[in-house]
Amino acid sequence: MQAIDHIINSAAKSNYMSAGRISVPIVFRGPNGAAAGVGAQHSQCYAGWYASCPGLKVLTPYSSEDARGLLKAAIRDPDPVIFLENELLYGESFPVSAEVLDSSFCLPIGKAKIEREGKDVTITAFSKMVGLALKAAEILAKDGISAEIINLRTIRPLDRATINASVRKTNRLVTVEEGFPQHGVGAEICTSVIEESFGYLDAPVERIAGADVPMPYAANLERSAVPQIEDIVRAAKRACYRAVPMAAAS
Amino acid sequence: MALSRLSSSSASRCVDLLINPLAAAAAAIPRRLISSDTTPITVETSVPFSVHNCDGPSRSVETTPKELVSFFKDMATMRRMEIAADSLYKAKLIRGFCHLYDGQEAVAVGMEAAITKKDCIITAYRDHCTFLGRGGTLLECFSELMGRKAGCSKGKGGSMHFYKKDSGFYGGHGIVGAQIPLGCGLAFAQKYSKDENVTFALYGDGAANQGQLFEALNIACLWDLPAILVCENNHYGMGTAEWRAAKSPAYYKRGDYAPGLKVDGMDALAVKQACKFAKEHALKNGPIILEMDTYRYHGHSMSDPGSTYRTRDEISGVRQERDPIERIRKLVLSLDLATEKELKDMEKEIRKEVDDAIAQAKESPMPDPSELFTNVYAKGFGTEVYGADRKEVRSVLP
Repeated sequence: MQAIDHIINSAAKSNYMSAGRISVPIVFRGPNGAAAGVGAQHSQCYAGWYASCPGLKVLTPYSSEDARGLLKAAIRDPDPVIFLENELLYGESFPVSAEVLDSSFCLPIGKAKIEREGKDVTITAFSKMVGLALKAAEILAKDGISAEIINLRTIRPLDRATINASVRKTNRLVTVEEGFPQHGVGAEICTSVIEESFGYLDAPVERIAGADVPMPYAANLERSAVPQIEDIVRAAKRACYRAVPMAAAS
Repeated sequence: MALSRLSSSSASRCVDLLINPLAAAAAAIPRRLISSDTTPITVETSVPFSVHNCDGPSRSVETTPKELVSFFKDMATMRRMEIAADSLYKAKLIRGFCHLYDGQEAVAVGMEAAITKKDCIITAYRDHCTFLGRGGTLLECFSELMGRKAGCSKGKGGSMHFYKKDSGFYGGHGIVGAQIPLGCGLAFAQKYSKDENVTFALYGDGAANQGQLFEALNIACLWDLPAILVCENNHYGMGTAEWRAAKSPAYYKRGDYAPGLKVDGMDALAVKQACKFAKEHALKNGPIILEMDTYRYHGHSMSDPGSTYRTRDEISGVRQERDPIERIRKLVLSLDLATEKELKDMEKEIRKEVDDAIAQAKESPMPDPSELFTNVYAKGFGTEVYGADRKEVRSVLP
């Protein structure tokens, strides 16, 4: 946060202000968002902050495949890229194919990945929340709800095409993020869908985000300040109008 | 009379008192008066002060038996608290960050001896002992570290966010160097209110290279604010040694136009003298920088073993040669203000106090779930606030 002036004013805007003469092919990478028990000043999520700034590209890897492919793409990219990692994900392992381990493996910037296909509700997520969304999908499947999980991978430029195509298929949307809700990633996704696919929505868009408070330290309060799997399940059920158990046939 | 008492040994005195009841009456079992004996004693600091653009204080420090014994007690309490926090962290009762102060106790204790609770102190995240020095209790400390209701921030702040506004302690800050401009702001308020108090803004050798320090110092000097910038130089900014981080590790000189003083930060009396001098200076002439030459035995935090960037010999060397508590112990014993046994008993008492506080803190419940939404604003106008699932958990900010 102390360096944010340079990220926005020196990096993001230079190419534009100089009419293309000064480009800034830099990558800023590091952990983003909450770790565990680190308190209010060390839990800030910057996805929404950076993604609102033209001139920046914002990437949010989830799996090892994402981290490898997106980082190489970020370094090769001629524009300033914000690479938002997650401290808790550093310790998680993911299976990778031989293709991923190849030295020239690169993922496209601006393309989301459908982590799990589904037909009843679209759930968008990025970074650590993708893991929670996938677990929520397992639980929803047991209740007969087939959730499509989109791993955004890139927050800016947002893959509006993939998101809208998915919502046009499922007709219901839940956005999930760890950061603060107001003016966040979910808010932009919701607006995009309303602008482009309003007629396809069968239910209001549901938004799961971090609680609208500075991150508390106490373990119980911290838990309720961060989205949990049950929050995603509940929101998906609401979007499917399955929040109340159906009455037994008499 | 004080001097004659100082020269006799404990054993011979006991015999004297038995044989000579008149002497007993006259001497009145001197050590029992220790806790309230305010007969002045003068002690010379072992290390001279290094000065920059000022004359610096004298090396002769005025103290009293009461004060010296209280130094011992307070530092021993701080030491015990930090060691106990180490165990609690390893037992996973403390989560997140935990930055321990053991080794640096003399700075907190010496500073308190020179100032009042109307003066302000603001520091970074290594704040447990500073909080205790400002009048915080062990229960408030341990409860906060464990995230319980009885904590000084009701469990919502954690290790890095202890505060005690009623005795001028403004935290407790996680972002390196941010507390320095805040401290200069406190000094501004003090000057504005004309209340003849000062602010001590503490920071480390790592933060000493922060730009915001120099910006704040510039304005503080232009406006003659009663701000005292105190660099607690423990020679390592996380794992980076000062000679690798700073082109000029003479932090007391880095204020350039602002005067500075380098102090043996392991000597509580030297710290007291320097802070007293600094307070007088700041009220008359504006900002001054104090560099406390100190040392931390633990790593930067509990996730840092502290041995990858310095040798164990260095750590044990400092512990042997310069430990602040041992220094006061030796002084108290050599001045015959207490016996070894009495000091050991005091330490046992302290250990028990700390253990009791931990037990009590463990009993303290976690904060109420409703505390998630309290204190977001001082004045909320009834705005709605949401939990992770905004349709499930919502509240109103009063």
